[in-house]
Amino acid sequence: MASHAPRTMIRIASGQGFWGDLLRAPVDQVRRGPIDYLMLDYLAEVTMSILQKQRSRDASQGYARDFVPLMGEILPDCVDRNIRVIANAGGVNIAGCRDAVLDEARNAGLAGKATVGVVTGDDILDRLADLVARGHTLASMETGAPLEQVIDRVQSANAYIGARPIVDGLARGAHVVITGRSTDTALTYAAMIHAFGWRVDDWDRLAAGVVAGHINECGAQCTGGNSLVAWESIPDLEDVGFPIIEAWPDGTFVVTKHAGTGGRVSASIVAEQIVYEMGDPSTYITPDVVADFTTIRLEDAGENRVRVTGIRGRPRTDRLKVSISYHAGYKAVGTLVYSWPDAVKKAREADRILRARLDRLGLAFDEIRTEYIGWNATHGLLAGPPPADLPEVELRVAVRSSSRTAVESFTREVAPLVLTGPPGVTGFAGGRPRVQDIVAYWPALIDRTEIEAGLRVDVTTA
Amino acid sequence: MAKVRLHALAHGRSGDKGDTVNIGVIARDPAFWPILRDQLTTARVAAHFEGMIRGRVERFELPNLHALNFLLHGALDGGGTVSLMTDAQGKTFSTALLRMELDVPEDIAGPA
Repeated sequence: MASHAPRTMIRIASGQGFWGDLLRAPVDQVRRGPIDYLMLDYLAEVTMSILQKQRSRDASQGYARDFVPLMGEILPDCVDRNIRVIANAGGVNIAGCRDAVLDEARNAGLAGKATVGVVTGDDILDRLADLVARGHTLASMETGAPLEQVIDRVQSANAYIGARPIVDGLARGAHVVITGRSTDTALTYAAMIHAFGWRVDDWDRLAAGVVAGHINECGAQCTGGNSLVAWESIPDLEDVGFPIIEAWPDGTFVVTKHAGTGGRVSASIVAEQIVYEMGDPSTYITPDVVADFTTIRLEDAGENRVRVTGIRGRPRTDRLKVSISYHAGYKAVGTLVYSWPDAVKKAREADRILRARLDRLGLAFDEIRTEYIGWNATHGLLAGPPPADLPEVELRVAVRSSSRTAVESFTREVAPLVLTGPPGVTGFAGGRPRVQDIVAYWPALIDRTEIEAGLRVDVTTA
Repeated sequence: MAKVRLHALAHGRSGDKGDTVNIGVIARDPAFWPILRDQLTTARVAAHFEGMIRGRVERFELPNLHALNFLLHGALDGGGTVSLMTDAQGKTFSTALLRMELDVPEDIAGPA
């Protein structure tokens, strides 16, 4: 693919590791040092169904709202310095997100100056019935069951798409490229393909781009956040610098962060992020290439700099992954706090009483789960017996049922334990637990031609 | 030989994919890598989490990073928003694995 950009090093900054990450991070990435591209990852597996629900209540919604005021703040800098923004902020309403960003751009004085590109075609919710009718079973990758089993309860359906449409948007001059369910890694390596003109079958370089994207996509998790490597010694996490990939045309890159920011970049810390959410490391499948993570070579290359080389890739597969969400019942979580003495003993007795009362009410649940926060909620059986003389423990009881009525009844049975159960109890001031909808996840595969024929890229000037 | 916690020899990170947890375990020093590779078997990890997971354990090697990756199937009570667990994303399974005790030579147990 032809490219008009110079073939030298480019800096790709990560500004958001999930929807709800530090709001200041992308602003700092733009203002506290040099960058060429800013990628923002907003979408997790459950996010699409949340956005679909928001859109069903209000047709103007359904995208990552935080992205819009952020663009109002940084777009003037980005246009001025030619920093390109790539974000999967569009969710299930990509056009709505674009229109809101264009409004912000005009309000910021960028009418006629800022251009916004959108990638559409990943959303296949309206096509599901037709696809199934034409013989696509969309069987669950976890259970092998055909989608027909839950199709009447489906809330969202999106194909994971790769970097090529983003590259198209960049090539057409968009300052901002907004996508829906692009893969997280594509948001980073699309910039490399655009800048370096990598071919669609340049598997090793594309694989290197995927590794760079995997390191970048969780924000500060590769610059010292949530790290088990000497965590107490990591400096200034209150001002943690988010990662920046310095990428070269040959597929090698350096992971770093802006000078003067907190956190730390080391080979050990980057290795921890590389193994995060990993399956078979030799076969990391993306829409554009299969990357082999057992070929990655890491070396410390100066203060807060890690050099990454050696990455190999293999040809892409014929199918794309589809992320489908469907309604799967209701749940609620009730908590109470018990104090010394005999905190765990009291909490256990309260749990016994609660379960007996639910039983007497004739309520059926698919599951009742009890955890004791302060003792076994994270390490389970490995926590061993409760420590003697624990100062306090939080009783946490959760229920799940296909019956909303049963879960509602549960929410009325927790607080009464305060006056009708073991003593030394508090922590009920928040009122009754909330009944939550369960949205389950249905991963499936589909022939890539079904999706690629429907992908579109549109570029609009503010 | 001396007993040490895996935590002294390795660090790591865990996460979720549906009802499966992955735990990446990385040697803190290249000298510890053969110990992890030889002792941290699939059977050993499955026994460590006995009663906590319903499915099988898979193991992958990343010698380039002195690391192992484990997949624990059926570990998250259904996973995602179906799960009733506090840690429905499996974030603390890494530290749960690092509790494991291993037999190591005295010279390695000493400084670690």
